[in-house]
Amino acid sequence: MTTPGEEETARGSVAPGEDPAGGGSVAPGEGPAARRSVAPGEDEARTNCPASGKGEAGTGSPASGREQAGTSSPAPGQEVPSTSSAAPDRLAERRLHPVTPLRRAWAPVAVLVGWAVHDPDQAQRQLTRLTTTHLLLGLALLIPAAALYGFLTWWFTHYAVTDTELRIRTGLLFRRTAHIRLERVQAIDVTQPLLARVAGVAKLKLDVIGTGKKDELAFLGNDEARALRAELLARAAGLAPETAHEVGEAPSRQLLRVPPRVLAVALLLTGATWGTLIAAALVPTLLWLATHNLWTVLATALPLLGAAGASSAGRFVGEYDWTVAESPDGLRLDHGLLDRAHETVPPGRVQTVRIVEPLLWRRRGWVRVELDVAGSSNSVLIPVAPRGIAESVVARVLPGVTVPAGPALSRPPRRAARCRPLWWRGYGLAVTHTVFAARYGLLSRSLALVPHAKVQSVRRTQGPWQRALRLADVRVDTGANKTVTARLRDADEAAELLRAQAERSRTGRRDALPDRWMA
Amino acid sequence: METGSPDDTGAAGTAKATRDDPVWTGLPPGLLRMRRLLLVVWLGLLTLAAGLLPGLFLGPAWAVLALLPLGLAVWGWAMLERNWRSWRYAERADDLLISRGVLWREETVVPYGRMQLVEVTSGPVERHFGLASVQLHTAAAATDATIPGLDPAEAERLRDRLTELGEARSAGL
Repeated sequence: MTTPGEEETARGSVAPGEDPAGGGSVAPGEGPAARRSVAPGEDEARTNCPASGKGEAGTGSPASGREQAGTSSPAPGQEVPSTSSAAPDRLAERRLHPVTPLRRAWAPVAVLVGWAVHDPDQAQRQLTRLTTTHLLLGLALLIPAAALYGFLTWWFTHYAVTDTELRIRTGLLFRRTAHIRLERVQAIDVTQPLLARVAGVAKLKLDVIGTGKKDELAFLGNDEARALRAELLARAAGLAPETAHEVGEAPSRQLLRVPPRVLAVALLLTGATWGTLIAAALVPTLLWLATHNLWTVLATALPLLGAAGASSAGRFVGEYDWTVAESPDGLRLDHGLLDRAHETVPPGRVQTVRIVEPLLWRRRGWVRVELDVAGSSNSVLIPVAPRGIAESVVARVLPGVTVPAGPALSRPPRRAARCRPLWWRGYGLAVTHTVFAARYGLLSRSLALVPHAKVQSVRRTQGPWQRALRLADVRVDTGANKTVTARLRDADEAAELLRAQAERSRTGRRDALPDRWMA
Repeated sequence: METGSPDDTGAAGTAKATRDDPVWTGLPPGLLRMRRLLLVVWLGLLTLAAGLLPGLFLGPAWAVLALLPLGLAVWGWAMLERNWRSWRYAERADDLLISRGVLWREETVVPYGRMQLVEVTSGPVERHFGLASVQLHTAAAATDATIPGLDPAEAERLRDRLTELGEARSAGL
């Protein structure tokens, strides 16, 4: 993929294909936005087009867009050049689920509540003055205004799937068009907050580096979200465009399911849970004894209680019924008691895997597995599982990788004790032909694995004290903005490691999966 | 090279033979001149201020305070040279090496295929001294690969070469 080519598709597809009427007004503003100095492999996948809303925003442009999409006028100039195989109806723009406007229905209420909390006296005075007529008048204004706002945002939001992109077009006054390239997809999440579950709708989010909250499709009907996810994954995998439409859900095979009892026990055996609970109980009590000021106590107790709840009950609810399944289009993670989340990580996207072993879990042989995917906020792969099973799942996530056992890790030389007394015992390193594995931590051990193919750069750092002891750190940077560090290695060994790791990460690329893993 | 066995982390001896010794390039003296000038200008002003103000308001003995920034300037003069000497880079067949730092040393290796973006920047002061810096970005934000104080022609040559090599060896995430 070369730079000019990418720009060409991005620009070419926006101007003629999407905006036949206002093409002239869009083009001047768009050129500089799309043009960046880009080197090969640039992952910026979106093209934001802040089109000048002038002459377009208010004048029924959606109607014309709709018309164009529906009838797909076969004028030759309007066809997107690269997607010649796409049948005209495939480019049809779709709208979100009609309940979507309701998701913002609480916003005016929240504003009112916020104002009342912010200024209680004023709010009370206003409330007493409020008569029924005022109230009715206010409601009569507020409800249609909110409804109109919700309706308009829904009306002006469209999405379309092409062979290579998911396009989201939104905005009433400030137009925004995001083109998300499917071969760059790092993960696809379908989440259902509690209320959305009741309504039978779901949110769909594509994780591509650089996408934000704005680029999620909320809400879609449940079945629609599933079908769209399957279609997007099939297209991202490089399946033929004709079949991608109707392949449906790829079959999945369950690898692991965490029983609720195990999860509860595991959370009870976590130090952080108890730490926050004890802090939430102790600190407000002590403060009350010291100050006898209710407000101070409340101000500290509420955040502490919130943190304690999030780290105990919140984690239980979020990680309830955790299921890991494997399918041809990636790894499926389904979890949640109230809010259900269904995450899919396509093959070859995982940048780092961390196997965490808290102190109290060690006797039972349990581990927690975390993963990093670039541009994605998902971080847990397995909340708790026996070590053997966890390792077999890791082997699925990182093909060909065997997790180095404890004895296989080489410790830093003894003189490292003078640099970090005690803690140096926790450090360890193993380099196999597939991964760079570094361990740290004394009580809660954490072993981070980076496949050689995912290494972006390697660094060797050495402070003055380390130099006196002939020690050095080797840092491996990955694309998920995580750095894995092999601490306190012998200086010569570190220099050799730096050189060899650069070599390995270069050759490791050759065996890596292509971006379109089925093409 | 052979990296098959899981315990070859300490196998420094076997690979020594295949090592292609990098050809290091230092930085041109322009950067040192610029940094020293900036140091002299700022600390010179500070010396004046530290000497004059207390000297005038509190009595002549307080003018001794001016020795503090003066000492700092002398120390900085020497330190800047050490730091400048420590910066060096090497273009190898498949990756770029950058080494820097006196007390806190850092050596970075960036494979060409990982480069996402190469930037040449030059501020007003740098332009006056005919300097430009090259910065490499990979998908990892922690990769801090900057070569400061290059000759603009060299910076552009490096940028073009890096881009060209990166394109040839391009790889995704």
